[in-house]
Amino acid sequence: MITREEFKQIAGNGIWKQNTSLVQILGLCPLLAVTTNLVNGVMLSLATIIVMALSGVAIASLRNFIPHEIRIPVFILVVAALVTVVDLLFNANLHELYLVLGIFIPLIVTNCIVLARVEAYAAKNPPLQATADGVFMGVGMLWTLGLLGGLRELIGAGTLFSGIDMVFPGLQPLQLLPKDYPGLLLAILPPGAFILLGCLIAWKNWIEARAAARQQKTPPAPVAEAGCH
Amino acid sequence: MEFSTSPYLLKDTSVRRVMTQVLLALVPGIVAYALLIGPGILAQIAIATLTALAAEAAMLRLRDKPLALFLGDGSAVVTAWLVAITFPPVAPWWLTVVGVLFAIVVAKHLYGGLGQNPFNPAMIAFAVCIVSFPALMSQWPGPGSHLAPAQQLDWIFGLAPRLDGMTSATPLDALKTALRADEGHSGPLPFLAGNAQAVIALCYLAGGLFLVWRKIITWHIPTAFLGAMGLLAGLLWLWQPAGFANPVFHLLGGGAMLGAFFIATDPVSGATTPRGKLIFAAGVGLLAYIIRVFGGYPDGIAFAVLIMNICVPLIDMYTQPKVFGMKDQ
Repeated sequence: MITREEFKQIAGNGIWKQNTSLVQILGLCPLLAVTTNLVNGVMLSLATIIVMALSGVAIASLRNFIPHEIRIPVFILVVAALVTVVDLLFNANLHELYLVLGIFIPLIVTNCIVLARVEAYAAKNPPLQATADGVFMGVGMLWTLGLLGGLRELIGAGTLFSGIDMVFPGLQPLQLLPKDYPGLLLAILPPGAFILLGCLIAWKNWIEARAAARQQKTPPAPVAEAGCH
Repeated sequence: MEFSTSPYLLKDTSVRRVMTQVLLALVPGIVAYALLIGPGILAQIAIATLTALAAEAAMLRLRDKPLALFLGDGSAVVTAWLVAITFPPVAPWWLTVVGVLFAIVVAKHLYGGLGQNPFNPAMIAFAVCIVSFPALMSQWPGPGSHLAPAQQLDWIFGLAPRLDGMTSATPLDALKTALRADEGHSGPLPFLAGNAQAVIALCYLAGGLFLVWRKIITWHIPTAFLGAMGLLAGLLWLWQPAGFANPVFHLLGGGAMLGAFFIATDPVSGATTPRGKLIFAAGVGLLAYIIRVFGGYPDGIAFAVLIMNICVPLIDMYTQPKVFGMKDQ
């Protein structure tokens, strides 16, 4: 079973404290290539969440049967099987998006986020915790890639949710900036992803530095009476 | 009796003094530019300077640095002027603003401010804008076409619709197209005779020589830059005179003079050892020639400088002069 405390810790780690993109800086390849708009970033993250949740539960259940020496090849085989399932699902149900995301869905197999969490967490913890860890690590990736994709799309093209009709037919993308906005192409190109990711990391560090400074200002708790004499 | 200690050779080299002289050396080129091509450049310089000072002040405030000391040193103004000069004179005002903001905020202050930037800020501005807005960055007043001053200002401030027919490629671009179309060229290049660009380049050369004379820059970088570019251009021209422009055209065309004396000589992002300066500048000259002749961009100075900026730490490491009295390692 999973306690409330444990659950909160896993969620906090995944979404903020150990955020895959902002703290661990893992999975840069899909981050650079796919977050040219919000929809692509979110959909690839959703695919990754599914893979991470399933691989978490699979590896954690099998963890006592996997020989330690060959654990990495076994992990990769299990993850690859799950990615194939997701890949086929995307191909069948969201075919247009599947064509846009292209090679990056099969590449989830080699995504270091998946392998890192399987090796560091799922191989050492019970299935329920491992699933929660996979999901929340994925959620951390989801909001970061969504934010990055949204920023890049807004700065680069002046729109938001372009390509939404590939997921929900009938919906139209939002044109947020005037139609004659020329678009800063740099934001769409990989350098733009690096610059904006750097800004997001700086923003996160700034929030934490501010929180730490505030904590220091509050008077420290009185030291316990007992101790050395 | 008063005692004094070394150093005895005092030279007043504050940042402010250096930057003022660089600005002074740019003036002849800018005057020629304004007279021969039009006053659009003056408007661009004004826009760029105001933006640079505002951005510099904002960043200094955010970083808790003394405002007056750094705002007055003139380094932001030099960056702004270089951005304005390298951009097309009829570029819309917001393009210059975007370029200067990138130069000051991203290329300079995000890397630690004055003296810390690994890349030349003005060239970052150029690279960002030519990658993002290639069409606007390639609209130069065509050779020979004289645009009315009011027309230039209307374009800069977006009051009149931009006509693609009124602006055209740079001489470098025109040459490239002509050579690609197998037309070849014979005799002196048509645009060099009485070309405004060559006159402006000579004015930059004069300003650059003034900087060398004032010992603001050393001879190494301009010599190696122009030498390497001229040598490569000369060799290719001798090999195939109909296929390549002569070296004089390359040295006086595009941004070669400006790049050799004002851009590659940036003391922060360039190499610092004498031998390193020669290697660095020769690399810039060669790359600039290769990019401008074989590449797709109008000129190659910006990318050449940025590529060589990356190599600077390595160049400086391997060209450390031997310390007197020490053995070679």
